[in-house]
This record gives sequence, C-alpha cells and structure tokens, in this order.
Amino acid sequence: MPITLDINGKKRVVDVSPETPLLWVLRDTLGLTGTKFGCGMAQCGACTVHVGGAATRSCVLPVAACAGQKIVTIEGLAQGPTHHPLQQAWIEAQVPQCGWCQSGQLMAAAALLQRTPHPSDADIDDAMSGNICRCGTYERIRLAVKKAAGGGK
Amino acid sequence: VRRRQFLVGALTGGTALMVGFRIGRARANPAPAASKRARFQPNAFVSVDEAGLVTVTLPKSEMGQGVNTALTQLVAEELDVDLAAIQVETADADPRYVYAGAQMKFMLTGGSSSTRTSWLPLREAGAAARALLVAAAAAAWKCAPSEIHTESGKLLGPHGKQASYGEFVRAASDMQGKQPGEIKLKEPAQWKRIGKPLARVDVPAKVDGSAKFGLDLQLPGLLTAVVERCPAFGGRVAKLDASKAKAVKGVRHVVEIASGVAVVADGYWPAMQGRKALEVSWDFGPNANLSTSGLEKTFDEALAKTGAVARHQGDADGALASAKKKVEATYRLPYLAHSPLEPLNATAKIDAAGCHVWAPTQAQTFSQQVAAKITGLPLEKIFVHTTLLGGGFGRRGETDFVAEAVELAKATKSPVKVVWSREDEIQHGFYRPMMTTRISAALDASGMPIAWRQRIASPSIFQRVLPQFIQNGLDRTSVDGSGADMPYGIPNVHVDCVQMDVGVPVGFWRSVGHSSNGFATECFVDELAAAAGMDPVAYRRKLLADKPRERALLDLCAEKAGWSKPLAKGRTRGVALHGSFGSLVAQIAEISVENKAIKVHRVVCAVDCGPVVNPDILEAQIQGGIAFGLGPTLKSLITLEKGRVTQSNFHDYEVLRMAEMPHVEVHIVPSTEKLGGIGEVGVPPVAPAVANAVFAATKKRLRRLPLSSAWS
Repeated sequence: MPITLDINGKKRVVDVSPETPLLWVLRDTLGLTGTKFGCGMAQCGACTVHVGGAATRSCVLPVAACAGQKIVTIEGLAQGPTHHPLQQAWIEAQVPQCGWCQSGQLMAAAALLQRTPHPSDADIDDAMSGNICRCGTYERIRLAVKKAAGGGK
Repeated sequence: VRRRQFLVGALTGGTALMVGFRIGRARANPAPAASKRARFQPNAFVSVDEAGLVTVTLPKSEMGQGVNTALTQLVAEELDVDLAAIQVETADADPRYVYAGAQMKFMLTGGSSSTRTSWLPLREAGAAARALLVAAAAAAWKCAPSEIHTESGKLLGPHGKQASYGEFVRAASDMQGKQPGEIKLKEPAQWKRIGKPLARVDVPAKVDGSAKFGLDLQLPGLLTAVVERCPAFGGRVAKLDASKAKAVKGVRHVVEIASGVAVVADGYWPAMQGRKALEVSWDFGPNANLSTSGLEKTFDEALAKTGAVARHQGDADGALASAKKKVEATYRLPYLAHSPLEPLNATAKIDAAGCHVWAPTQAQTFSQQVAAKITGLPLEKIFVHTTLLGGGFGRRGETDFVAEAVELAKATKSPVKVVWSREDEIQHGFYRPMMTTRISAALDASGMPIAWRQRIASPSIFQRVLPQFIQNGLDRTSVDGSGADMPYGIPNVHVDCVQMDVGVPVGFWRSVGHSSNGFATECFVDELAAAAGMDPVAYRRKLLADKPRERALLDLCAEKAGWSKPLAKGRTRGVALHGSFGSLVAQIAEISVENKAIKVHRVVCAVDCGPVVNPDILEAQIQGGIAFGLGPTLKSLITLEKGRVTQSNFHDYEVLRMAEMPHVEVHIVPSTEKLGGIGEVGVPPVAPAVANAVFAATKKRLRRLPLSSAWS
C-alpha cells in the first residue's frame, strides 16, 4: 500500500512494505543517499534524521510509523541556498575526515541546538555520544557545535 | 626514469586533447561543463582545459586522511594554481599511476606512504605542466621563458603581457613530446601552498550529504546483494534450501559464491529479509573449535619456541645470565576489527566493453587483478573506479568485497552492489593480529639496561597477501615497533618472532605491528625506569644519548605537557615515544582512575615528520589516530568462541565515543628531516602512554589490552 511521506517539505509517495526502515526508503527508494547506513541497530547514529523535530535513528524506524510526520534529512537541513549555521561551523572547523558519519553528526547537533541553544561540553557529550566517528573528529565536532551556538545568539 | 614518465605522459596528452573526456571515470565532483573543452595533459596527473580548469588525477584513495587536498597542494604549488581552480579525481586502476621507481609496483593507498611517495613526482608533474605553458607563451610573445612569471593560473610576461593558462592550452599541447627543459622545483622559501593549512577540498560536499561514497552509487538496473557466510573461518556450505528466501518479495536471485550464499534483491532491505529466510547448514571446517582462551594458551606456549631472528646484537643471553638485576614482563594483545563506518561494499557491472568495478578501495591494482581472474578478461578490460571511502584503516586494502561483487555481476548478468552489514564486517574481518610477547632485560648497577631479549608470537600478515616480502622466515610487520627497531641505545639485543598460523584471517590495521609492539616496548621501558627508580622521561632521555632528534621531541612534549609541574588531585601522567613510517611521535596522556574506570583527560603530542604539507590535516590525523588507538586501549576487542567471533556490532565491539575523547594538543617540530608518514603514526603511542599513566595512578602494571580486561 502506498505510504505518503513529508520529506524536506516535499510530499513523496512510496510503495514499499510498511516495516521497511525509513533509512532504506530514503536511500534505495528515493535516492536520498546523504543519510548513511552504519550499523542497522541504532548504535552508531550515521542514519540520524529528524522525525517530528526529534533526532531519530532511521535504520530501525519502520517507514509506516513516519506517515504524517515531518521528516528532515541532511539534504534539507539548510533552508534555502545558504548553509545551516552548523554546516558553516563544520566547514570553518574543518571537521570531516572520511565524512561518512557527518550527516548523522550534523542532524544530531541540529536537534541538540533546537533543545539547548547554548550547550555545555557535557550537554554536547550527552547528546552526541550515540554518534560514532571512526576517524576521531570528536574534538572538532565539539568546537563546531559551540561555534554555531555562539554565532546563533 | 622519471623523465621517461613525463615523455610518455606528453604523448598521451595529444590524445587527451582530442578526446577531452575519458569514458568511465568516476569523478568525485564531476564538472560536466568541462568535458567538451580542449585540454592539455602533459602527464598522467595534470590536465588544463581551455577555460583554465585544472584537473588533478591522484593515484591515492581519499579515505579521510586528506590526500585529495594535501597531494593537490603539491601539484598546485609548482603549477601556480589555487585549489579553488582545481578539480580533483582519483585515477582508475592503470599502471601509469604507479610512480616510477616506487617500492610498491601497484596502486595502493597504505603504509602512510601517500605524501612521501608523491612528494617528488607530483611536484614535478605540476612543474612540468607549468614549464610547457610558459614555453608556449614565450614562443607566442617572442621572449625568453625566464621573462615569464606565473601566478594563480596566469602567465605574466614582459611589457604587461598577460594570459590565463587556458589561452595557451592548445599551444602547449602542440609542444607535446618536447622536453619541458630542466624542471626546477621551487625552494621551500618560495612555497605559497605547501606548509599552509589550506581548507580541505572535500569538506563542503561532506556537510550537505552530496559527497558520493561507494555505497551511494546508483546505476540503472542495479541490484543489491548480501552474503551469508559461514560463522567459522574456513567453513563452507553443507546444505542449502533457498526456497523461502526466493519467495521474499524483491528477491531476484540466490547464488552460491566462494564466500557463502548471496541473496540478490531490489534493495538492501529485501535482500536482508531474503537472507534471514535462507536455510543453510554449514560444514564448519578446521577452525570450528578455536577459542580465545585456547589461543592464549597456544601463544603462551609458543614463547618457548625459537623464532625467526629480527635483531641480534651483542650477547643478550650472556648479559642476562650474569646480571644482578633482571626485569621480565609478558604483554598480550587481542584481535581487532577495523570497522570503517561506511560498511564494506563494491559494485560491478559486466558489459561488452569489459568489467566495471566501482569501489571504495585502497587497492586498485589488486581489485583489477581479482576481477580479471573471476571474469577471465584481460586487465585492460577491467575498469576499477575509486569512489570516496568512508574510512579504510587497512580493511579496504583487501579485495574480498570486490570479488563478491564481480562474481555476482557475472552470475546474475546484472549490475550488482554487494553490501556488508556491520555484523558481517565485525565477524568476517582480516583482524589486527593477536600477539603475545615476553621481554627480559638485564640492568646494570645504575639501573640502565645492558640487555634486551624479546620473543614475539604473532600471526603473519604478509604470508597471505605478499609472501615475497617474508625474508628468512620473518614478517617485518610482526616486529615493527618492538625491540627490533626501538630508538634506545642498549648494547645487547636479541629479538625473534614465532610465526603463529592459527586459522584466523589477519590483515593490515592502522599502524600494523607498531600498534601492538609499540604498547609492549613503551610499557616495558617504563617498567625499567620504575625498576631503576627513575623518572620515565629522564630515563628515556638517558637511553637516547645518541639520538638528538628523539630527545628533542621528547623534551618538547614534556615541556608542553608540563611534565615537571604538579597535576590536579587524582590526575596522573604517562609518556610514550614511538617512531613509525618515517616519523617520530611523543605523547603524554593525563588520566584519572576511579573504580578501575580510566578517564583520559588530555593527550599532548609532539610530532617530527619532516616537512609538513598541510598542518591542519596533520593535526586532524593525529587527533584521529589517538581516537583510533584509544578505543582498543580502553575497551575494543575481538574474541573467539567455537571458531567464530563473539562480537557482532557496536554494542559489543565498542569503539571510542564523543564523551571519551580527550583534549588533544598537537605540537609540530619544524623539521628538515626526510618526509615521514602521518596517517598512522598517532596510533601507537597512546596505549602505552595511558597504561603508564595508570601505573602512576595505581602502581599496577596493566600488560594486556584493552586495559579494561587487564585488572585482575
């Protein structure tokens, strides 16, 4: 049965089995490959998107549960042609190495800043420790989150 | 030899000018507008088109270590072009991209060698291109080449004459085959781009989701495959019933391949559902009873055997026999998985032209060879396109995932992307070898070592991948970073290695033997300092009497870490010094221990790697190396039970997370030493630095990694 999704402000109709995780609908069905696969069991955070404004692991979320909710992926993080302040901060701090985890890191950080506009180190560690970076960009992520938070005042 | 490479390159440049577009090349950031324009390609690495767009084609894979930026800086420096005007791509598998005179006669990204091996040829490639453009302009302007200067893609001649590089592309191409004259590289004082923290070229696409990795590849009609493999190493399918799997919606094929049973479907999710529906019984093979406890016993027993000699100097046995004071310790390290965050994958497609492989690979030539073997096609008909790599760490130097994709493209006559789950990657790896080593030292009356005798029990990596590199029974990667090549001055040294062949696949893991041997060497030196009642830095300095470079580095690290200054209550420090891949690194870790939980607060690191191409990328590599090493220091390990890996995903194969990341300070020594590597060198010192700090805190020597498993 077709399922109607609201992704980055656009209506998308998909015809997949309802238990398919949102991640694979985004990547394989809709070609939105900015959201990454890392573990398939909500352990690494690479697949983080916003569902109803909350940072959500799309690799374990059945697509049927997303109908009627606003979904935002990395492709929709920036509204308009300019970068989201976090993306700008990521560039300034030269955060990414291999880059595979960074979509998830940015989506997790964006949700954090929505809840806590001026996070402490501990707030950042708490919110971001579910997002693994094998290249070890953690310290630059902390810096960039703070930079974006300061810039957003 | 190098000259010949340029001449050959110049000839092919003529073809490139006419064709202008190479079919089948996967560009990281394609610029289709450039495709129809005439271009000048004086060598394999550089081309310039009529619009002045420079394309740099690199023989090294971008896996996060920053080669797309740092290596391009080398070309840009000599060509006098800004990075913003350059499009960077990774070369397809092609012998032209093996550097002339290189030790490795194949395209491979590893061994922290990219910058070192590219340092001369890529600067020369840029300089050669510039020389021809200048020569073409000089001919047109009727002046001497020496009267022309270049700056940011512009030629500046006498009497205010000025042109962009693009304007002379055709004229420069007409000079094909001509010697560009003596290529003179810039002096370091003239560098504008080398040594500068230029922004990475790959970052913008990595913050908006547009960067394309192997797993992101899309092709018309592309199918996705997953493979069920025997849980025990070396096992095989005994009986297969695929009827239920084939009934899963979206499943197209179930195929037995060399590595197991593949389910090929319309996408990853249906493929996984089909895989779960497979009914397979296995012949678990010869390794079905392997266990970590059994292996530890086997490795311990091997310490009684005689190994292949890695270093023999003086008479260590004699000195130990007559010594008044002796110290002995045994260190044990586990298998480790690589776990790059992008799951392993490769895509293959076979058509009339040949076999195309798109892969996030560190090993283009090996991938080409394995595809040729499977398809029966000649190497010229195997096109290996390298995508961005979501991490590599050595695992992507293997070709198992490439072989699977090619086998499946052949069997199904469709383009196939094979995707490994995280469980597949953790349970079917080529692991960092398990290793046990015992070191004995004899100390003189002042507490300084007069003998070092060490035996290492380790599986060999080269035995499987490059057996020709084993000499006199010795795999150097098993002894790198041990007493065999430590910097310390000890008169009597004997180091040997017993090669263990136990049935667990092993491979290159970031910093290879240095990561395990570095732990043993630097912990043991710390034990010797304690036995002598001396400060660990002062003790090492004394052992480095003849090594001013090492001593200066250690001093810098100690100074920056405030080694002689008191610490906050509950904090202790540990030090380690380690040389690997042509560079030297010292680290001082500041930690606290509470109820056997180790918290690393700060790591101060000093690096001497010779000239630095991009200090910001260097810092990132050191930060990353420390994070990569800290996981296995504190908690990562792979164990075996009944011939299979116990761990399966990040909940039980634990890696470093944000809250555990210490503050890392990197201090670079201005150095004119020979250029060293940087991608791996941050890894080895962190485990011993932390373990030595734990000793300072608890007076307990933890001689096993991860440290969480070493408290007894």
